[in-house]
Amino acid sequence: MSAHIETQKQTRARSQERTRAQARALTRAGAKERGPRTEGGRPGAGRSGGRGASRRTREGHGTRVGRPGFLWAIPATLFFLLFAITPLIMVAGLSFTSWSGLGSPRFVGLDNWTRVFADPVMINSVWLSLLVTFLGVAIQTPLSVLLGVWAAGQQRNRAVLSAIYFIPLLLSTTAVSVLWRAVLDPNFGVPSRVTWLFGDGNLFGSQAGAIGVLAFVSTWQFTPFHTLIHQGAARAVPRVLYEAAEIDGAGRVRQFFHITLPQLRNSLITSTILMVVGGLTTFETVLILTQGGPGTDTTITAYYMYQKAFKGFDFGAGAAVALVLVVAATLVSLIVVRVSGYDRMRSEMEGVS
Amino acid sequence: MNRRPNHLAGAGSLVWLLLVGFPLYVMIGATLRTRSDYARRGPLAFPEGFTLDNYTGALSTGFGQYFLNTVIVTACVVGLVVLLVPPLAYAIVRSRSRFASSAFRLFLLGLAIPAQAVIVPMFYLISEAGLYDNLLGVVLPTAAFCLPISALILSGAMRDIGGELYEAMAMDGASPRRMFFQLVLPLSKGGLSTVVVFSALQAWNGFLFPLVLTQSDSTKLITLGLYDFQTEHGIDIPGLLAAVVLSMVPVLLVYLFARRALVQGLMGVGGK
Repeated sequence: MSAHIETQKQTRARSQERTRAQARALTRAGAKERGPRTEGGRPGAGRSGGRGASRRTREGHGTRVGRPGFLWAIPATLFFLLFAITPLIMVAGLSFTSWSGLGSPRFVGLDNWTRVFADPVMINSVWLSLLVTFLGVAIQTPLSVLLGVWAAGQQRNRAVLSAIYFIPLLLSTTAVSVLWRAVLDPNFGVPSRVTWLFGDGNLFGSQAGAIGVLAFVSTWQFTPFHTLIHQGAARAVPRVLYEAAEIDGAGRVRQFFHITLPQLRNSLITSTILMVVGGLTTFETVLILTQGGPGTDTTITAYYMYQKAFKGFDFGAGAAVALVLVVAATLVSLIVVRVSGYDRMRSEMEGVS
Repeated sequence: MNRRPNHLAGAGSLVWLLLVGFPLYVMIGATLRTRSDYARRGPLAFPEGFTLDNYTGALSTGFGQYFLNTVIVTACVVGLVVLLVPPLAYAIVRSRSRFASSAFRLFLLGLAIPAQAVIVPMFYLISEAGLYDNLLGVVLPTAAFCLPISALILSGAMRDIGGELYEAMAMDGASPRRMFFQLVLPLSKGGLSTVVVFSALQAWNGFLFPLVLTQSDSTKLITLGLYDFQTEHGIDIPGLLAAVVLSMVPVLLVYLFARRALVQGLMGVGGK
């Protein structure tokens, strides 16, 4: 009991430090784990980072340290405004126009919106997107937490296996989808040989089968990424907590549920948001694995948008659907942040930015 | 702590290893066999006679050209990102101007923008700019979508540079510009290499922008080549998988190389 209370206290005290570690774990996602930090020799000072140090500088010696002006940030900001923010704003405008890809867009008011929402395929696609997203979160979260905690151990064999587990993430979604499509091919693939497990061998012939394939392939590809996030977070859990729990006689399972899992809170939130946004915008796997079929049984919203705009040359309707996607992804992320109370930790994140 | 080996976790991790390795085994096995052998004996059989015909076949269907296009696009994206991000990250970390902190907030916001959301207006913009079916038209949006995470990674690395180093340089009368080139850039090399690897991966694996913004064979990227190969010769599974392997090779080589550099970095820190 006392260990439990102490755990909470320590958790609170350490939250700022952990938030930073969190941000690092996320930002270093591309780099995988990095070596021990070079400034590790000065633990206390290192935490406050550049800010505290620079403040000391100003108050201490008389030397004025020159700082870069805002001009340094301008090229990248302009570039980003032009090629990411402008189209994001334009998508709203385009959704009120009719445009076939030739000539100029023509204003048509709410026409696209009424048409899109009168289409049962669109309504169905929203539910399918939500289902695929939910399946992704429900399958990948427990898997990636377990794998991440496991990979956080310092054992040599775990490091080697982690290096292999990481491979799917390096491959393009296209390559992964093409590969699984070939492996699961109804005529030449594995299911046609292993009929005792797969029945007639055509996984793409039914809605349940096709959705199962989509969820499975996404899991195969993206679990490594979430594993990495949790691995970073699990490494940041102070060993003292485990030592204390051990003294109190807590077994491995109790340690996992009472120490590791609560300490992974931030990484769980981060990875859930990424899964939700990724799930709602699933596109390549659908295009390559199922083409939205059988029928329109796996036509999820992002694929529907692509069909409307780039196959049906109805770019106005495509823009309207795209806007729905943006709003849905933002809303769900906000809900996750709210429900989990992540926004209350913002003040601590301020130190990071 | 727990000195007792965790057998359950060990078993679980082996199951996952099988799951990761299985399709890779099927893939490599299939590419080394003839098409008829694959059709007759199925995907699980071990290759009997080895053949590289699938690879030469894939290369002769245009993958050499797609490969080259992808290399060009990747190099340009990495070049743009490396040119744009370090000054930005420097300003984010060191500048006291309001603009720099709003810029950082803008990039944080940008993290959440999915490419699917902007693809329709992007098509409009790129067509208007006369860059449709031009590799540059793929490079620009791809690079833009690499910026947010790159800015985060690099500013994180730059934040680790101690204030006293800047101070020491200031005593020598260094300008912010000199500090950038002589202090900040050399000390954030690790972060910069992460940014390079990350944006190279994004460019190499990108699919949506090339799918929508190019159409001819001369501008085709490798992912799009795979997609077309599948829709046109979907039955030739060994050939298709050989193309998949070819598209993966550079990425896996980079991974091998980057990981080794990582291990050496670790040993260097421990040894000195």
